[in-house]
Amino acid sequence: MTEAPAVTPTDIETPFRRFLRSYLASKVAVFGLVLLALVLFAAIAGPFLAPQNPYDLKVLDVMDSRLAPGGVSGDGKMTFLLGSDEQGRDMVSAILYGIRTSVLVGVVSTAIALVIGLSLGLWAAYLGGRFDGFVMRLVDIQLSFPPILIALILLALTGPGLGKIIVALVAVKWAYYARSARSIALVERRKEYIEAATCLGLSINRIIFKHLLPNCLTPLLAVTALQVASAITLEATLSFLGLGLPPTEPSLGLLISNGSQYLMSGKYWISVFPGVALLVVVVAINLVADQLRDVLNPRLQTQ
Amino acid sequence: MIAFIVRRVLQSVFVLLIMSLLVFVGIYAIGNPVDILINPEATQSERAATIVAFGLDKPMWVQYGLFLQSAVAGDLGRSFAYSTPALTLIAQRLPATLELAVVAMLVSILLGVPLGLWAGLRRDGFAGRTIMSLSILGFSLPTFWVGLMLIMLFSVNLGWLPSSGRGQTVEWLGIPLSFLTLDGLKHLVLPALNLSLFNIALVIRLTHSGTQEAMLQDYVKFARAKGLASRRIIGVHVLKNILIPIVTVIALQFGALIAFAIVTESIFAWPGIGKLIIDSIRVLDRPVVVAYLLLTVTLFIVINLIVDVLYSVLDPRVRLSDARG
Repeated sequence: MTEAPAVTPTDIETPFRRFLRSYLASKVAVFGLVLLALVLFAAIAGPFLAPQNPYDLKVLDVMDSRLAPGGVSGDGKMTFLLGSDEQGRDMVSAILYGIRTSVLVGVVSTAIALVIGLSLGLWAAYLGGRFDGFVMRLVDIQLSFPPILIALILLALTGPGLGKIIVALVAVKWAYYARSARSIALVERRKEYIEAATCLGLSINRIIFKHLLPNCLTPLLAVTALQVASAITLEATLSFLGLGLPPTEPSLGLLISNGSQYLMSGKYWISVFPGVALLVVVVAINLVADQLRDVLNPRLQTQ
Repeated sequence: MIAFIVRRVLQSVFVLLIMSLLVFVGIYAIGNPVDILINPEATQSERAATIVAFGLDKPMWVQYGLFLQSAVAGDLGRSFAYSTPALTLIAQRLPATLELAVVAMLVSILLGVPLGLWAGLRRDGFAGRTIMSLSILGFSLPTFWVGLMLIMLFSVNLGWLPSSGRGQTVEWLGIPLSFLTLDGLKHLVLPALNLSLFNIALVIRLTHSGTQEAMLQDYVKFARAKGLASRRIIGVHVLKNILIPIVTVIALQFGALIAFAIVTESIFAWPGIGKLIIDSIRVLDRPVVVAYLLLTVTLFIVINLIVDVLYSVLDPRVRLSDARG
């Protein structure tokens, strides 16, 4: 180890470090990040962590149904830490699989909606004129309906299913990205680098996706993060109503719905624990997104 | 001005047509209602008779044409499950939903404004910060889960409030209402609280920021200089100024409340149109689903139309920019 001369942090501060420093300034946001890391770990490693595969009917025993948390299975091999549901399914395993589905649905639907909304928003902002008018009118019409109503119409038409709920969520969410991307891009496209790119005779798509897009992404990041949480909540709500995922797919909303029948008889764990898991997922994403919004907003920067 | 309104009305009719086509085609495509409606042990001729009775044998576009024709005449078909006209069924359930939505709106203002005022006046205090953190929870908590927790706490554990149904109702001008009886009121508390959760958080936020802005205004300083009591400054002068935007926003949320009532009504078995649509989707009761969706979509289109026209009357810039775009 050589003795390096003392360097003040500001001398070597790269944009990323500055971002990191202002993000870590809030303890609540750090807590949110840790929580989010745990959620993502559970979502990815869920099948390896879970004591059983809750959707493999061979390992389930109806004799073990509705055991209280800490109950032991009939053959003594298995302890149900958070109890079991009406089919003798271990709640810990079911919740781990459910988180996996929720995060998958939230991330995939947000990614598709982002690509569609972002492209349309950028094209609308850059091209202007009729195309802009058409897309924005479409956005206005869609945003005048509550998301749950649009999703309900689509799912009432298509029936439940993993692919179908993703399509419904994309149909609900694209308009938000189109509107945000357009408003950001309208400011950006007046800047000189776009003028320079136009003077170079670059193609429209090259200007939009290579020059305009990277400069619009940062402010969109916080919006996107918040929308993942809202997509997960909407999916859970729809599955709870029996419109989202079919009973064969592990889903937090469905678990809560199954358990709600037993709430009146005091068997709270079937419903409450999946609900707590959903809460942790949503709150973790919201905490991180809130801090991202503050850190990435140039108007709020104090220095 | 006239041109603007005419264009907006035409646009609304167009959206309504598209929505009706989408809904009709989609419902037709997901399954054959015959299988659900007809007893599996029915004879072939009984089946055929039912199919003809419901008009399910005709080509799809003919069915849509007939449907559109009768929809304009105010007849949206008969419910397969209840054998009554779909519109009558919805009209019977509508008062329950409207009652719930109106009470939820009142609750959000009666709870949200005082809490928001409190937080806005003592924003660095413990109470202020707690209220604002709780309002974030109000935005991010899933409504259906909060509903279940309310049932668990107040119905199962404490046993204070009932968890399902409307309770005893009183007929007023032929409309059954819950809030006029003690039993009905008890049944109303939890669903209304659950439905208003999001709006309580919204009102808290709006009141909070409104109060902070208003407290810096000259008229507050003047009122203080005049020696008015704080209670009067806040209760009369500040409140009067901040209530206008709050009431506007909440009034605009009314349609959303009716849509979100789907969730609340399902949890609390509240016999309104939200529970009706979920039950109807489950049994593929096509006319009721179509009637509900068309009715709700129409409601939203009408609300938006009124808001747009009102804004254009109040603010000419809106219609001028629209004419150019």
